Amino acid sequence: MRIVVCVKQVPDPENAKMDWETGTVVREGVKNIINPFDLYAIEEALRIKEKLGGEVIVISMGPPQAEEALREAIAMGADKAILITSRDFAGADTLATSYTLSQAIKKIGDVDLIICGKQAIDGDTAQVGPGVSAHLDLPQITFVGKIDEITEDRIRAERMVEGGYQVVESPLPCVITVVKDINIPRLPSLKGKIAAKKAEIPQWGPEDIDADPKRIGAAGSPTMVEEVFAPELKKEGRIYSEDQIEEAIEKVIEAMEKMGVL
Amino acid sequence: MDIIVKKEKCVGCVLCSNECPYGAITLVDERHELEEGLKAKFAVRLAVIDRDKCTYCGQCVPVCPFGAIEIIREEATFEGKEEYKGVMVFGEIRDGILETYTFELTGKGRELADKLGVPLTGVLIGKDLKKYAQDMIYHGCDRVILAEHESLEHFLAEPYTKILTAIISEYKPEVFIAGSTTMGRALFSRVAAKIGTGLTADCTGLDIDGEGNLIQTRPAFGGSVMARIKTPNHRPQMATVRPRVFKKAPEDRSRTGEVIKFPLTEDMLTSRVKFIDYIVDETSHVNIEEADVIFSGGRGIKGPDSFKMLFELADMIKGAVGASRVAVDEGWIPYSHQVGQTGKTVAPKMYLAFGISGAIQHLAGMQTSDFIVAVNKDPEAPIFKVADIGIVADLFEVVPLLKKKLEEKLKNA
Repeated sequence: MRIVVCVKQVPDPENAKMDWETGTVVREGVKNIINPFDLYAIEEALRIKEKLGGEVIVISMGPPQAEEALREAIAMGADKAILITSRDFAGADTLATSYTLSQAIKKIGDVDLIICGKQAIDGDTAQVGPGVSAHLDLPQITFVGKIDEITEDRIRAERMVEGGYQVVESPLPCVITVVKDINIPRLPSLKGKIAAKKAEIPQWGPEDIDADPKRIGAAGSPTMVEEVFAPELKKEGRIYSEDQIEEAIEKVIEAMEKMGVL
Repeated sequence: MDIIVKKEKCVGCVLCSNECPYGAITLVDERHELEEGLKAKFAVRLAVIDRDKCTYCGQCVPVCPFGAIEIIREEATFEGKEEYKGVMVFGEIRDGILETYTFELTGKGRELADKLGVPLTGVLIGKDLKKYAQDMIYHGCDRVILAEHESLEHFLAEPYTKILTAIISEYKPEVFIAGSTTMGRALFSRVAAKIGTGLTADCTGLDIDGEGNLIQTRPAFGGSVMARIKTPNHRPQMATVRPRVFKKAPEDRSRTGEVIKFPLTEDMLTSRVKFIDYIVDETSHVNIEEADVIFSGGRGIKGPDSFKMLFELADMIKGAVGASRVAVDEGWIPYSHQVGQTGKTVAPKMYLAFGISGAIQHLAGMQTSDFIVAVNKDPEAPIFKVADIGIVADLFEVVPLLKKKLEEKLKNA
């Protein structure tokens, strides 16, 4: 079984603090991490490999420093990693990103399963996984909270949807996106860390993946960010102390009435 | 694509490098001349952008008071844009029932269509849809396209995608919106990629600019910044919209409109993914994504038993129960209740946080709620910064009293 996991490097939210005066996020020293949802994707791939054999290949499209994220994935146990990087990929929206990743997956070839995190915590779109699946014309199972069964050629999984779970079955190859419920990611082992240090991580540019220059980076991105701005700040609320609990609760119930939730 | 720092405008302050989430901007010692009109003639430091780290997210551009940073981008091109006319809204049928947030979309869709001077078309996929087609007309649509078939009862991405792409190529809408639910996101992402157009996720604002483009406003980085996004050249301009943000269209039973049955082919109905079953999440009486009020518990709740108190409160007024990451990771409550960056994003009318300190990853999932109540023993807890009412006290004193007062209130009502 050949499994490809798509990951993204994102800024660590734990390093960020809110500046309440200006309503912007202030970062104290910048640390980047693997997108948390992608850790579940890596872990699930490793578990499937342990059960069925095969290899786990982790890919990422991003600037050269995204290599750190790929080394972390190898430290967790991934067999190989490939960084898809070039100035020409810069400014990609979800369409160009999913096209680029799908071209890399085609280049890898003979892939049985593609796993992505449900979404990245910086963009929050959840659009790249289904996009990859559309470009490859593969079946997709999004928001997977549990894999009930997987064999060489079939998968049965539970999709986490509003109010419950949808159980579906698909032939392989297919693309799945995973949520946190699916597993608890392992920590890198010492052996893994050594492998990560030694690993050669090839870098693929547009020619390596036969990418159409019109479909990558900003040139291949229909959406354009026109402006980025700070959200409106909420006005400070009223704070009640321990001896004002009764009064506070009355205010809460008044507010409930006013908001029409009673 | 490129990003440049205009030397003559860069005074060497640190605003841009503080803002950059990727650490791509550093200030180097370099004496350079400044353009006329600035306070000084020279600056001794210059912002330098490391292109190996920059992702061109654009957050640095607006923070520079001198307009020194500019992003230069090539535009993507698209043929036949003018042929696309009209606004289209996807109505979500879940378990055979039209989700009522659909009327928020028809309300917003009506407004956009009127601004553009074009018709509003509703689209429904499922089985037995006639009644809902009429409902969509009463709530603002001029016509409704139905794709009806026994096999379309449950959402499956492949047939739904094939049907929507066929509808788009037949009717050529300029704007197409759906809800940013699990169905909306899974479906629209696949459709947009198949037809090669732009899609903006989870919008909280939609408007039309002077050139007739859809202006899509959405939170990013967990709501800590907002972005305005356009799809200037491609059509349709697709967006998923966060439920519970826009007002529902009022029902007007005097409205009339056309109902069109869309012809389906065998190929459109085939799906490699097969529906097997639907399992109801027994722990959630009310979905947290859809609740008007959420009672949420964190570390301060101390264990699974105390969540029962919150469920009791929630049941009294058809609310839902949420939880912080800590409470879920401790195993006190299932993941489906988790609010925050790695859980769900919610925006109820009222969010009550009990024993939640308010880490940035939690705030990201709830700070757009209309009214926030926070109860925490620690007066320094960041959650108080976003609270409309904050109570610095032991939640185990507050919750029983709140329950008692609420019971009295409901009895008298």
